[in-house]
Amino acid sequence: MRITVTVDGTTYLDEVEPRTLLVQYLRERLGKVGTVVGCDTSNCGACTVHLDGHSVKSCAVLAVQADGCEVTTIEGLARDGQLHPVQRAFHDNHALQCGFCTPGMIMQSIDLLAENSDPDEQAVREGIEGNLCRCTGYQNIVRAVRDAAHEMRPGAGPEAERMNEAEMGTQAGVRRS
Amino acid sequence: MIPAQFDYVAPTTVDDAVRALADAGDEAKVLAGGQSLIPVLRMRLAAPTKLIDLGKVAELRGVREDGNALVIGAMTSHYDVVRDPLIAEHAQLIAMATSTVADSQVRHRGTFGGSLAHADPAGDLLAPALALDAEMVVHGMDGRRVIPASEFFVDYFTTALRPGELLTDVRVPKYTGWHAHYEKFNRVAQAWSIVGVAAAVQVEGHTIQQARVGLTNMSSVPVRATGVERALIGQEATPEAIKAAAEHAVEGTMPVADGNADAAYREHLAKVLTSRAVTAACG
Repeated sequence: MRITVTVDGTTYLDEVEPRTLLVQYLRERLGKVGTVVGCDTSNCGACTVHLDGHSVKSCAVLAVQADGCEVTTIEGLARDGQLHPVQRAFHDNHALQCGFCTPGMIMQSIDLLAENSDPDEQAVREGIEGNLCRCTGYQNIVRAVRDAAHEMRPGAGPEAERMNEAEMGTQAGVRRS
Repeated sequence: MIPAQFDYVAPTTVDDAVRALADAGDEAKVLAGGQSLIPVLRMRLAAPTKLIDLGKVAELRGVREDGNALVIGAMTSHYDVVRDPLIAEHAQLIAMATSTVADSQVRHRGTFGGSLAHADPAGDLLAPALALDAEMVVHGMDGRRVIPASEFFVDYFTTALRPGELLTDVRVPKYTGWHAHYEKFNRVAQAWSIVGVAAAVQVEGHTIQQARVGLTNMSSVPVRATGVERALIGQEATPEAIKAAAEHAVEGTMPVADGNADAAYREHLAKVLTSRAVTAACG
C-alpha cells in the first residue's frame, strides 16, 4: 500500500505492507535507528515518536495509519548541531545509564512539557508513566525534565528561545496540528 | 514480532465502513485506535484477514450536544475526551475515568468507542458508561439501532454487537451539576485496574439526592452497584453513611481470581474503593 509521510521534515512516498509497524518503517526503511524497540508488548515506551505533534508508541501504530501524517523522531530534534533543550538537559543531568530508554523518554518529555510547561515532580512522574527505564534511573530523568522546563520557560536564555522558534514555534518545541 | 499478513482498507464515511465490514465477512476486524488490537496482532493472538481502519472517518470523532444528552463519537480519542468542555460539564465521571487509562501515549491513540467495543472487563470506561446509563448507537447493513449499556456488555471481550455492526456513537444523558470520582486500584504504572469504582452523586446541602456507582473488573462485565446506590440516596454524606453503603458493593458481583488478586481480595477492594470514590465525589 502506498503512503506519504513526512519524517523529521522530509516527505517520503513509499510502498509498505499493511502489517508494517511504524517503528519498523522508521528503522528498516528510513534508517531512523535512533528510535528503538524495547519490548514486544507496547509497555516500555522506548519507541515513542510524535505523530502529528502527539507522542505515540510507534510499535502500536501501523505505518499505513501514518499516511498523510507528520512524524518527528529523536533524530529530528537537534538543529545545526545543537541539541534540543530537553536533550541537553538529559546530558547535563546524567539522565541515562544504559541509554536505551532515552530516545523515548526525551520524546515523551517534550510532549509533557508542551502540555504543562512547569510540571512538579509528581506531574513529571505521571507524564512519563508510559516509559520504563530498566536501569531504574528515574531520579535524574525527573531532574532533567524539570531542568529543561526551567530552561525553556518564557523568557529563558536566548539559546533556548532560538532553538524553540527555529524548531517548532511553540514554547515546548512540539508542533501541534 | 510483527502481525501476520492482512488486507487493509481505510474508508472515509460510516456508510463505506459498514459496507466494507459486510463485504469482508467474519474474519475482518475493525481498527479504531489500535492500542489493544495492534499488540494482539503482534503477539499473533489474532490473525484477521482484513482490517477496516476507522481512522479516516471524520464523522466518528468529536463530542456534541443533542438535547438532554451528549453524543460522543466512537473514534474520539481518550486525549480529546479528557479535554472536552462538554464532557467536563455534563459527564465528568467519563473524563475522570479516561484520564486513568494506560499512559499518555496510549491516550493519544486509543478511542472511547474502541475501548467499549473491545469490552475488556478491566477497561476503565465500561463501568462509567454503565453507571451513567449510556446508550450505544450501532450501524449495520440493516440500519441503525440503539443498545443500552446494561445490555451491551455480554461477557469477557464480548458485546451485543452483531457481525457486521459498527459502534458509531455513544449517547450519554447529561449529569450537569453532579460530582464524580473514579477510584482505580493497580500496582504499577500504566497497569490495568485490579478493581475500579466509578461514582457520580448529586448532593444538595449535605444530602445525597442521587447516586450512580459502577464497578470495574468485579465480573466478566461491568457491574452496577445498585445496592450501594439505594443505600446512599437520602443519606447525609458522612463517612459512616458512605462506609455502610459501600458494604453493599459486592452484591451481584462474580470477581475472578488471577495473578493480581484472588476473589476475596477483590471483594475487599470493591468495598474500600467504593467508599473512597463516593467520599471523593461528595467532596
